[in-house]
Amino acid sequence: MAKKEVVAMLLAGGQGKRLKGLTKSLAKPAVYFGGTYRIIDFPLSNCSNSGIDTVGVLTQYEPLVLHSYIGIGSDWDLDRKNGGVYVLPPHEREDGSSWYRGTADAIFRNLNFIEQFDPEHVLILSGDHIYKMDYEKMLQYHKEKDADCTISVIDVSLEEASRFGVLNTNDDYSIYEFEEKPPEPKSTLASMGIYLFKWDVLKRFLIQDEQQASTSYDFGKDIIPLLLENEKSLYAYPFEGYWKDVGTIRSLWESNMDLLDEDTPFNLNDPDWRIFTRNPNQPAQYISPSGKVRNCIISEGTVVHGEVNHSVLFYGIEVGENSAVIDSVIMPRVKIGQNVRIYRAIIAEGLVIPDGTQISPAPGDESDILLVDQEELERQLRQGITSKA
Amino acid sequence: MKQLIGVINLDHELEELKELTYFRCGAAVPYAGRYRLIDFVLSNMMNAGIESIGVFVRRKYRSLMDHLGDGKPWDLDRKHGGMFILPPDWNDPTDTSQGDLQHFHNNLDFFHRGAGQYVVHAGSRHVTKADLQDVYRYHISKGADVTLVCKKVDQLLPEHDACVKVDHDGDGNVVDIHQSANHPNIYTEIFIMEKELFLRQVQRCIDHGESHFFRDVIQKNPDGLNIAAYAYDGYHAVINSIDSYYRNSMDLLNTGQYEQLFKEDPIQTKIKYEAPAKYLDTADVKHSLLANGCIVGGEVEDSILFRGVQVAKGAKIKGSIIMQKCYIGEGTVLENVILDKDVRLTGGQTLIGDPSNPYILAKSTII
Repeated sequence: MAKKEVVAMLLAGGQGKRLKGLTKSLAKPAVYFGGTYRIIDFPLSNCSNSGIDTVGVLTQYEPLVLHSYIGIGSDWDLDRKNGGVYVLPPHEREDGSSWYRGTADAIFRNLNFIEQFDPEHVLILSGDHIYKMDYEKMLQYHKEKDADCTISVIDVSLEEASRFGVLNTNDDYSIYEFEEKPPEPKSTLASMGIYLFKWDVLKRFLIQDEQQASTSYDFGKDIIPLLLENEKSLYAYPFEGYWKDVGTIRSLWESNMDLLDEDTPFNLNDPDWRIFTRNPNQPAQYISPSGKVRNCIISEGTVVHGEVNHSVLFYGIEVGENSAVIDSVIMPRVKIGQNVRIYRAIIAEGLVIPDGTQISPAPGDESDILLVDQEELERQLRQGITSKA
Repeated sequence: MKQLIGVINLDHELEELKELTYFRCGAAVPYAGRYRLIDFVLSNMMNAGIESIGVFVRRKYRSLMDHLGDGKPWDLDRKHGGMFILPPDWNDPTDTSQGDLQHFHNNLDFFHRGAGQYVVHAGSRHVTKADLQDVYRYHISKGADVTLVCKKVDQLLPEHDACVKVDHDGDGNVVDIHQSANHPNIYTEIFIMEKELFLRQVQRCIDHGESHFFRDVIQKNPDGLNIAAYAYDGYHAVINSIDSYYRNSMDLLNTGQYEQLFKEDPIQTKIKYEAPAKYLDTADVKHSLLANGCIVGGEVEDSILFRGVQVAKGAKIKGSIIMQKCYIGEGTVLENVILDKDVRLTGGQTLIGDPSNPYILAKSTII
């Protein structure tokens, strides 16, 4: 293999428990987003648009969909003779077999994969964030600072900061302290989970960390503190732009709703930064004479006879007559019957919503978003929340 | 299906669609919001499992080649076989062949190398969802030399005038092929015949100085071939004029027609990476087809918007076909209009055509 300046390692093994029914048989990075995408499209497209052509995707939890979805990477222009995309699930070795025990362990177990490209730098990415970022610019910064490790950060509010890994820096953005979810944060620079390392430094510390009895094999909890302890040069790279961790039903819904603003902070139509995805190849969408669509995003192959307002609809969906979809996200191939009302809900892929069904969070709970998978739909129907309109 | 070799013959197809065919051949004309006319026949061949397809082109094929690429969307990027775009070869001074025979004669390798025993011939002007495996089975069961795929239309329309008509007896044996106006049984330009017979007939025609395979072999039938008719009853549109293009496009806005064309077996086309369509708060869209990448702020009714069309707030579009990447500025009023790709209306214009004679703006026009 020819030498590469950067190899990206994309952590895509996460179960995403907080997404409940959506990740029952699906790894979190494969969860649908934005009318036609899956979450992993964003880091993969970022790599492609940033000119990074060698990407290892570390999978573990429910990998079937993810593996077949990534395929040979042609949709992201990552089907290359030298480099390209590699799916890297955990595997058995002479010294036994085990699952990836943490983010750092996942990389440690793929040292040989990275070594064959003899890279200068390794970029660690996670597969559960929605954002557009030019990693090339981060690399330039990392090289200018001659950093051993550069961590991309986003400025959050002080209240929010305690949910994140927080970086305390000097004026020149050099990091002197890292605190994981601090109850009283000293700064508002939250780690985005994007790390750029000098490969020789990372390799040394991964090996060192692996030999410690007390490690939790985690970048945030173990590797970064270890680097700080050893007085390595760490810098924060301030990122400005839209970034969202879509780890919960609420944040996944919010992030979808963000797309609906006329001046959305997250434009999917930018010809200079396309988000690539596996094309489901559906006919043009059809809005019937009785269809009413306003402030929404709808994908091809969807047929609308009812009303859709402030919602995101994926492909292959049918919305029956006199039905209304409001403030909701409808995943692919959902069939919505007639006289149905769906309010503040995420409807999982392929569900059939019978005529007359009323779906909304518990009355009075305006802050909640209802996730409807097969189980929840049956529960709702049993409880008689269905009413014939 | 390895028994079949596909021939998409564009040789006799004229550029009949005015501005839409100024710079492209008919097969490359955009249709149904995100496709090109050739996608339908290619997808039919793909769905029948045909692995070797020759596309015989003569004129204005740059955009067609760009669209077809390496055939990947139709699964035709193969190690063996796949899709071959075959432009004419003008260089052999001893070659006496003419018309489409010239293509077939100069590309004998294509026919010999393909494993298939039977040739499925089609053009691009008839949009169908013909099940070519079923046609093949019918052909074998009839023991015919040639099987023509025919569509009996309920209502004769102007575009059917130029079509070839087929008469057959009650058993599906063809007794006459002609071009009379008032005849409802339309030949769809799809036929199937054994490869060896096909090539023998190509050579015989060349030897006799002829130039048109269908006319000189099948229609005139000097060798008394046994010709069968296969009755196709699915979606059918003939696109051979602006009138037929516009009318058949608008017919897709009827749910029944849309479903007939799209409900089963997807139509493949060149992949674009567009975001889903976005309807702003001010959008008012009724009875329309829209592709991905559109951003709509205005009113759209009875219309077809291709990929990446932008309609500004306060624009009104009715009964119109707006092709890829057009921009419709604020205050524009469009009625019964066809805008080719990349047209930019900066705002405030009013363009009104008649449904029987829609107003057309050529590709990349800026007003």
